[in-house]
Amino acid sequence: MTETLPGAVVPNPLDEAAITAAVDQAVAAIAAAATLDELKAVRLAHTGEKSALSLANREIGALPKDQKAAAGKLMGASRGRVNKALADRTAELEAENDARILVEETVDVTAAPRRRRAGARHPLSSLQDRVADIFVGMGWEIAEGPEVESEWFNFDALNFKPDHPARDMQDTFFVEPPEAHLLMRTHTSPVQVRSMLERELPIYVLCPGKVFRTDELDATHTPVFHQFEGLAIDKKLSMADLRGTLEHFARQMFGDEAQIRLRPNYFPFTEPSAELDIWHPGAKGGPSWIEWGGCGMVNPNVLRAAGIDPDVYSGFAFGMGIERTLMFRNEVGDMRDMIEGDVRFSEHFGMEI
Amino acid sequence: MRIPLSWLREFAQVPAGATAEDVMAELVKVGFEEEAVHRPTDTLQGPVVVGQVLSIVKEPQTNGKTINWCQVRVVPEGQQQSLTGKGIDPSGVQGIVCGAHNFVEGDKVVVTLPGAVLPGDFHISARKTYGHLSAGMIASVRELGIGEDHDGILVLSRIGLDPEVGTDAMELLGLYDQAAEINVTPDRGYAFSIRGVAREYAHATGTSFTDPASKVQVPEALSGGFGVKLNDDAPIYGKPGCDRFVARTVRGVDATRPTPPWMASRLRLAGIRSISLPVDISNYVMLELGQPNHCYDLDKLAGDIVVRRATAGEKITTLDDKERTLDAEDLLITDASGPIGIAGVMGGAHTEVSDSTTNVLVEAAHFDEVSIARSRRRHKLPSEASKRFERGVDWHVADVAAQRVVDLLVEFAGGTADAAGTDVGTAPDAVTIDLPAGYPAARIGIDFTEDHIVTSLEDLGAVVEKNSGSHTVTAPSWRPDLETKDDLTEEIARLVGYDQIPATLPVAPPGRGLTRVQQQRRRLIQALADAGLTEVLAYPFVSKAANDTFGTPTEGTGRTALKLANPISEEHGFLRTSILPGLIEVAKRNHSRGFRDLALFEAGLVFLPGEQLGTAAIPPLGVKPSDEVLDGLYDGVPDQPLHVGALLTGHDTPAAPGHTPRAWDWADAVDVARVAGDVLGIDLVVTQGRHQAFHPGRAAQIALRTGEVVGYAGELHPKLLAAQDMPARSVALELNADALFEAAADVIVARHISTYPVATQDVALVVPQDVPAGEVLAALREGAGELLEDVALFDVYAGKGIEDGKKSLAFSLRFRADDRTLTADEASAAREGAVAAAHERFGAVQR
Repeated sequence: MTETLPGAVVPNPLDEAAITAAVDQAVAAIAAAATLDELKAVRLAHTGEKSALSLANREIGALPKDQKAAAGKLMGASRGRVNKALADRTAELEAENDARILVEETVDVTAAPRRRRAGARHPLSSLQDRVADIFVGMGWEIAEGPEVESEWFNFDALNFKPDHPARDMQDTFFVEPPEAHLLMRTHTSPVQVRSMLERELPIYVLCPGKVFRTDELDATHTPVFHQFEGLAIDKKLSMADLRGTLEHFARQMFGDEAQIRLRPNYFPFTEPSAELDIWHPGAKGGPSWIEWGGCGMVNPNVLRAAGIDPDVYSGFAFGMGIERTLMFRNEVGDMRDMIEGDVRFSEHFGMEI
Repeated sequence: MRIPLSWLREFAQVPAGATAEDVMAELVKVGFEEEAVHRPTDTLQGPVVVGQVLSIVKEPQTNGKTINWCQVRVVPEGQQQSLTGKGIDPSGVQGIVCGAHNFVEGDKVVVTLPGAVLPGDFHISARKTYGHLSAGMIASVRELGIGEDHDGILVLSRIGLDPEVGTDAMELLGLYDQAAEINVTPDRGYAFSIRGVAREYAHATGTSFTDPASKVQVPEALSGGFGVKLNDDAPIYGKPGCDRFVARTVRGVDATRPTPPWMASRLRLAGIRSISLPVDISNYVMLELGQPNHCYDLDKLAGDIVVRRATAGEKITTLDDKERTLDAEDLLITDASGPIGIAGVMGGAHTEVSDSTTNVLVEAAHFDEVSIARSRRRHKLPSEASKRFERGVDWHVADVAAQRVVDLLVEFAGGTADAAGTDVGTAPDAVTIDLPAGYPAARIGIDFTEDHIVTSLEDLGAVVEKNSGSHTVTAPSWRPDLETKDDLTEEIARLVGYDQIPATLPVAPPGRGLTRVQQQRRRLIQALADAGLTEVLAYPFVSKAANDTFGTPTEGTGRTALKLANPISEEHGFLRTSILPGLIEVAKRNHSRGFRDLALFEAGLVFLPGEQLGTAAIPPLGVKPSDEVLDGLYDGVPDQPLHVGALLTGHDTPAAPGHTPRAWDWADAVDVARVAGDVLGIDLVVTQGRHQAFHPGRAAQIALRTGEVVGYAGELHPKLLAAQDMPARSVALELNADALFEAAADVIVARHISTYPVATQDVALVVPQDVPAGEVLAALREGAGELLEDVALFDVYAGKGIEDGKKSLAFSLRFRADDRTLTADEASAAREGAVAAAHERFGAVQR
């Protein structure tokens, strides 16, 4: 690599061969520069004030007038070549440099830390929302009520006779003192009664919420669980409307292939009453009917308790367990997973259901 | 209810090869859920045959025991053994070692031959023992799985049997039979009988049914029998406690005779323990006809029977040998000596039949459902009898059942029936229901034909009379649940089949969607999850101490909370007044499973009882209560606002390369509270707070602009955390979400956005240490006037250059005018105004 050439002969600006040699020498040096720093040295050596070309250029001023044009042309073209070579090499080396920096900045993306905590919904809570959305989409409204209820709303208004064994079907938590007739609601049906008392007819409401029975917690039971119950009161509603509503809901929930089955059953608040089964093609142990909930036509005594004339209006009602739905829909094997609050359970679902 | 198939076959057309599963599949169609299958052959397989003990050689052993080396003939003498297999002797005589001693040569016994499998997966094979090849076993009832008695082997003569040697003993003992267990809903008392289920089976299969009651020959009338008086002076709801009492006498019975094996087998499959012949007969008839009945030892009765209410405090010792104190509402069977039974619930010990009984008085009575239900509940005495009476028993079957018991006592216990008998009481009026034509069709959505309606109802046993425009239906006496046209509609639909119901989708009127509060609640819950918290759902059951600590800010005041009368555990006997105790339990559970870094939240109701608690009375069913009564019911239900609580403990994130986790601290709790305010559009006021559950210096009180306190946030009290075995510095917050929802503005009025240039001014103010920054900020805001667009605290400094006991607060103030570019003088003047306000209020001095 040649630096400035001290004491070098300054070429004549009209001597094309000498000038071309200087240019070639400069271009070769430029091409040989491996870094921007080297290139800077080359630039100083070949285009700096003391460089052969600059010195030669300076000679033009001293030339006779008629030779100036030719010398200027030669020198302009020559310096142009050198400058272009410099610019090109600079761009090249800068690009190389940029690329090298990027390579050097490479990180291990697989080691990225989680800087934000990912929260999660409880699947019982998000499933409840999803069910509500399906009914809201059908024009139904969502009704809610208290979890500690008057015995009247929970039983009597729903046609549970005071001494009938049906009351024992629902193992009830009573609130002290017994004379106050307060209890933890055993189903969300008292919300249906409140809806009938408070709303204008016709009524199409879904009542989701927490309910309570005195069962010990085990793999399939819990004293606190969630239900959603539907109630429709209108003129001329029949059990066919009940079936249609349940079928529509089942398909929204489980896909177009979903099938339901009704079996006779007994509930004090409906007559006729039915048990609702859903066909579960993916059930463990092969496709089978799964018990999903209860339903029926609202017992006229229930309508009367709410001041609705059963000769003018009829209605249907149904109720399902959210836990049960989650168990067979999402293959939750043990009730306790839903109850204990183990963060792994909620976090596995995230915000989805 | 368990249904032995052999019994069902007597009265219904059950196919020969049908299994219990097949029968249940039919019954489920008419509304009886499948419960279980009881089938001895699931655990017991032959060959199990009758054998005769030819010889017994007693061989004492070195261990002190004596074993019997027996030769047992298992095929009739002179015949060849037709069974083959390892260990089966072609001679027809098996050598068997037996440890029991309760049999003698010549006894006929049950022999389980090699190849047989006994309950417990016990395989019988020929094996060497005590120096012999023992090829089989002489079985006890326990080994066969048909009884508990394992003291000795089953000697067939003792249960009244003398079968031919080689007979299939499983057949003999009814072990090929099986039972279907179904769930009977509380409205269908009649189905707690073979009679009822056989009828339903016929409905389900469309086959014929023979009423077992029709097979019993009952005398036209009974008279001259045992004296019985129905003397109810305090009927419940005006219904006499007993409206029929049939009494029959059978003399000269031998109560020690064995129960016939077929009866014992059916009882066993039905889940009833065999006690003695008279008791077994009584139970057998109850199962067959659904009529509970009772056998008294006639000679232990003192004078006439009187059915009456108890006098309070009267006592009886029931069959289970427990002395019970009676209530004035209990209906009793009494004689001159006093109570001899709680009617329809349980008989008395003194008059029960025993081995020495020779003369029996049979009772078959009809009792009021409510009276029995109350006595059963009061004495916690669920019995087979009370179960049926509570649900309603056929009034007309009492004399039939009594006759059936008499017949069986005569046939199997060797007694003689008195011609005289007792039958007192009055039949209730039959229930007739008007069923308008078209009503079932309108209710169900099936176009029922006339034939559907009439045939279905007649199949049930109803009498149907056609009028113009309706049917008059007389319900059968065994169906007290049929009272209304809706009840009949269900029966028609049930018998025609629910699978015939079409599907139509009713269209609801346009709805309003989720209410504002429902949307707010969703937004709040979702926002907390989005902020990195995990939603959990804890039980609302807490201890009194937890409520006293978390439910009220001030220590020692206690918390009015609702107490459960029958909690799952006394320790968690109260309903929560705060969300936090549940979250702490959940956090601890997660700790125990190895999760230390937690951010939990729950939105749920808390229970805050006020002055009025419930109502003293409950209005009757089927009628709308008056507005006044309804108001009382509404007002009596305690306040139950939705609270949201959160608990943060440990670190915010896991450690990772280039990332240092941050320990949750008090400010995170305040920040989560602010998130809640932000998503609901509420400007929450945070001030220094005091709450006994929180660190006294690190608790924020959260309030609305109106001053209403809506919650607390901060570090939990160190002592409380230590006592709860929770990590130090855990933080929490709880907000009354309902109060937040209510405070949110219905409509947010847009603010004008000025595009004039901003003028920013910083100011550092020195104030005493104990002056809260938030209050200084509020003073600045007020003093700065309208030009102030925003003010924020960006630094707090104390130390070098600041007087002891003071601190420097650095604020950044952003000024802007709506209508012009502010001059530097205007901005400075506004700043001075702000500083002046802070100075005036807190003595703040600019640094």
